Amino acid sequence: MAEYSALALLKNAFNGNKDWKPAWRKPQPKASYDVIVVGGGGHGLATAYYLAKEHGITNVAVLEKGWLGSGNVGRNTVTVRSNYLLPPNTRFYEYSMKLWENLSHDLNYNVMFSQRGVLNLAHSPAQFDDYARRGNAMRHQGADSELMTPAEIKRLMPAIDISGNARFPIYGGLMQPRAGTARHDAVAWGYARGADRRGVDIVENCEVTGFLRDGDRIVGVSTSRGEIRAKKVAVAVAGSTGRVMQLAGIDRLPIESHVLQAFVTESLKPFLDTVVTFGMGHCYINQSDKGGLVYGGDIDGYNSYAQRGNLPIVEDVMAEMLAMFPSLSGVRLLRSWGGVCDMSMDGSPVIAKGPLPGMYLNCGWCYGGFKATPASGFCFAHTIARDEPHDLNAAFTLDRFRRGILIDEKGQGATPRLH
Amino acid sequence: MLITCPYCGPRDLSEFTYQGDGNRQRPAPNSQDLDAWNAYVYDRQNPAGDHNEIWQHSGGCRIHIRVVRNTLTHAISSAVPVRGHHGGKA
Repeated sequence: MAEYSALALLKNAFNGNKDWKPAWRKPQPKASYDVIVVGGGGHGLATAYYLAKEHGITNVAVLEKGWLGSGNVGRNTVTVRSNYLLPPNTRFYEYSMKLWENLSHDLNYNVMFSQRGVLNLAHSPAQFDDYARRGNAMRHQGADSELMTPAEIKRLMPAIDISGNARFPIYGGLMQPRAGTARHDAVAWGYARGADRRGVDIVENCEVTGFLRDGDRIVGVSTSRGEIRAKKVAVAVAGSTGRVMQLAGIDRLPIESHVLQAFVTESLKPFLDTVVTFGMGHCYINQSDKGGLVYGGDIDGYNSYAQRGNLPIVEDVMAEMLAMFPSLSGVRLLRSWGGVCDMSMDGSPVIAKGPLPGMYLNCGWCYGGFKATPASGFCFAHTIARDEPHDLNAAFTLDRFRRGILIDEKGQGATPRLH
Repeated sequence: MLITCPYCGPRDLSEFTYQGDGNRQRPAPNSQDLDAWNAYVYDRQNPAGDHNEIWQHSGGCRIHIRVVRNTLTHAISSAVPVRGHHGGKA
């Protein structure tokens, strides 16, 4: 019987709910493991899960500085999509989408994946043509996409302003119907439990303070809870990549850490059952099951590890939200927060062996790492277990910058604040 | 966040444009040292702490400013004109 099921619910209800086990243990770290994954966020936990499930490697520790879900996996705006233009990205994110579609079953944990669609608004004929091109590229790679007219958009979301009087009138949109949202904490908890039940040790409140070396080779880590050795050390720490890699003596990477802010309003009655993005700027918005509107925009645009941002971006994001939905002008903001994003030089990630022997690196997710969680863990686990990349992450190397094989979705060049 | 422009005094962040890491060294235009070009274009120190960076007061006097700002707290400890502070002409 699955650990979580209707039958288990019933059985435990009759038993006074005394027999539920914690979703993961709180083990003391052992002296050595086959693999250490540094970072207990979505990607690190997914990596440990797929190491155990796909490759039978269960002598694994996930080391987390704080508590599970305290970083970006609990700070994002929960959107899952695969609407990319360039083949390496579309293939990778579409594979991720397929994993999402079966994730609740696979994990036996309801991640509340809701395929409510993601709509990108176009505000000019040129932008609409560009979206048509991207939609076609998506279809070529096996993803789904549909172009929508303003009248169709209005039927889908009655509150949207499609009038010609809008500051940036809506010309149409590109919809990905299979895209949507998921409950981000459940993703962390589900992967954690799945990994834990297969024997992985998830060690919280365990900060990596250095790397153990044997010559050039990385053979473990020193932590706030003692030294831990491992044949392979994998780093998946997103916004903290610079700080952690510095401990290994890597003081320069094609990464800048930037802060991204997100916002949630007070709860409203059902208002918007799709994710929609504003095309004359950058704003994305969805409504949570609790009723709050969850939204965000661009990164602040300067290096930061502070997990909080400044007011100019707040003003921008609010203005863009109101340009789409003027009726929201009286809604009150409930909370805002920031997360630290590992902005890469071409806007695409790195999942690769290296840069030192015995080490594996997963970083550069910019502010799109949440939707990648399943495929990132799947590909990183493959790379660690087999010592070679999976086809899906073969292009996401660290040396692609030096070799000039960039994957620059927006064509912005080496200017991380613009990706 | 306020940035103190050396000419205009403390001004709001929204008046400034971020130009990024101020430690990068551009190789000579005729240099064929690929490592140096690669480091200039792509590699960043990305420190958690004091960061030496360039801002432009684009919504004001348009001067380029060399700023030392703490990336953990956003506190600015120094802001001086780039001209005359990097060993060459700005």
